Amino acid sequence: MLWGHTLRAAEPDDIDRGLEAFRAMLNADPWANPALLDADRGAALWKEKRGPRKATLERCDLGKGPGVVDGAFAELPRYFEDAGRVMDAETRVLWCMQTLQGIDTQALAEKPHPVSQEPATDLGAIATWVASRSAGQTFRARFSHPREKATLSLGAALFERRMGPLDFSCMSCHGAKDKRIRRQELAHLADQAEARIVVGEWPAYRISAAHVMTLQHRLYDCFWQMRLPPLKFGSEASVALTAYLVKQAEGGVIAAPGLKR
Amino acid sequence: MRRLLLLTLASLGLAAAATIVIAEQNSMVNERQMRRTLRLAFPSTSGDWQSRLVPDATMATCSEWGNQPPKEVADIIKKREARRIVLPKDGTFIGDWRRGEAIAQSGYGLRFTDTDTKRPHGGNCYACHELSPTEVSFGTLGVSLKGFGLTHKFQPESARLVYEKIYNSQAIVACSTMPRFGTNGILTVEQIKDLVAYLMDPASPVNKAPEIPSGKAATRSGSQPPPRLQPGK
Repeated sequence: MLWGHTLRAAEPDDIDRGLEAFRAMLNADPWANPALLDADRGAALWKEKRGPRKATLERCDLGKGPGVVDGAFAELPRYFEDAGRVMDAETRVLWCMQTLQGIDTQALAEKPHPVSQEPATDLGAIATWVASRSAGQTFRARFSHPREKATLSLGAALFERRMGPLDFSCMSCHGAKDKRIRRQELAHLADQAEARIVVGEWPAYRISAAHVMTLQHRLYDCFWQMRLPPLKFGSEASVALTAYLVKQAEGGVIAAPGLKR
Repeated sequence: MRRLLLLTLASLGLAAAATIVIAEQNSMVNERQMRRTLRLAFPSTSGDWQSRLVPDATMATCSEWGNQPPKEVADIIKKREARRIVLPKDGTFIGDWRRGEAIAQSGYGLRFTDTDTKRPHGGNCYACHELSPTEVSFGTLGVSLKGFGLTHKFQPESARLVYEKIYNSQAIVACSTMPRFGTNGILTVEQIKDLVAYLMDPASPVNKAPEIPSGKAATRSGSQPPPRLQPGK
């Protein structure tokens, strides 16, 4: 009886140890993260003539001027005069695909994110590459424009808003230190010290889903788990939550693409 | 920020009524903006789904106070939510612990991908609580419930309190993180009775823990001794 109990207890710990070892190996070799394949795909897509306009994304302005990718992710989200709204990296890439390439993003609106075992979308791959071009830099979005400030307040309010049949807010899972859901460790995102460590890891390769997951996808998943409807890609709410997380992580080092269980 | 302001005003000795008026005015403005934002964030939503985006009075108050309401507010919440508890018609609180275990393990139901309406909802208790010592995949957002029945000496009054706590946690602890499983229509009365059995039946694996209630296992990371239940007032 006791022996049987010990055996069962050992299994998930072994999985944890195995994953930890796997992660350690991948971290030891910076080129081993499968997400880098997506980043490469994203880099190629950036330069490829696509859409009805047969245009590349090379004139896309991510906030530091047309075509400037290096360091742009570190300064997002921000207000864009041309779009008249605050955008994060993913929303801005979507905007560029629409305006520069004329790509119809209706399909993306219907199925914005890959299911488990499916590769990241083209947009996800591009966003992964864009984020990787700020790796090693720190989050330093300015949040000085009135619209940026408003976005930040909205994100903070959304983070604490309890809704849905489970009465959950983001705080229900991410509002305390050293908590787990099942065996999965949860990030204490209301804590800036912890946010500075974890937010910079997104987009990240998820070992269990075998694909890169972007931050918008991660938020979509949280809302799904909270029993709320599908979160619209690039919506004001999704950008506001991203803004809140980035502000929490201000000064933290960007380590994208990261690696997650 | 608003919370801080309210506390400051309260500490300055302004009338409580005035404070409430300010809170309502502020939340009206922000709530309008929030609902517009949420409508745009969930454009395909209608009917039942739309109502999920609007917190009821209790959740609105809890969000407002950062889930730490002052005693007067907490008392209002507990009283209101206690009235929303439906007791079993047959007057018994203990169902079948085997069915309870399946409910504790399952997280099925109410997600937009959960389209099989015949499949029963789960309570997903293990997401947050430790229960049976043989299940090591448990969360730590809630307290450990290992050996719960033993700790409470299998008293019938405890069974009733457990039922109430699962049916509507807000009636016991205002602004608790735990969902209101009965009141919010996640679990049925029968399912909640099965969960009570999982905690309170002497035959349940929850009460077969090798070490109970504290000892070596309970000092593991995240584990805490079973909580003492406080009757709802």
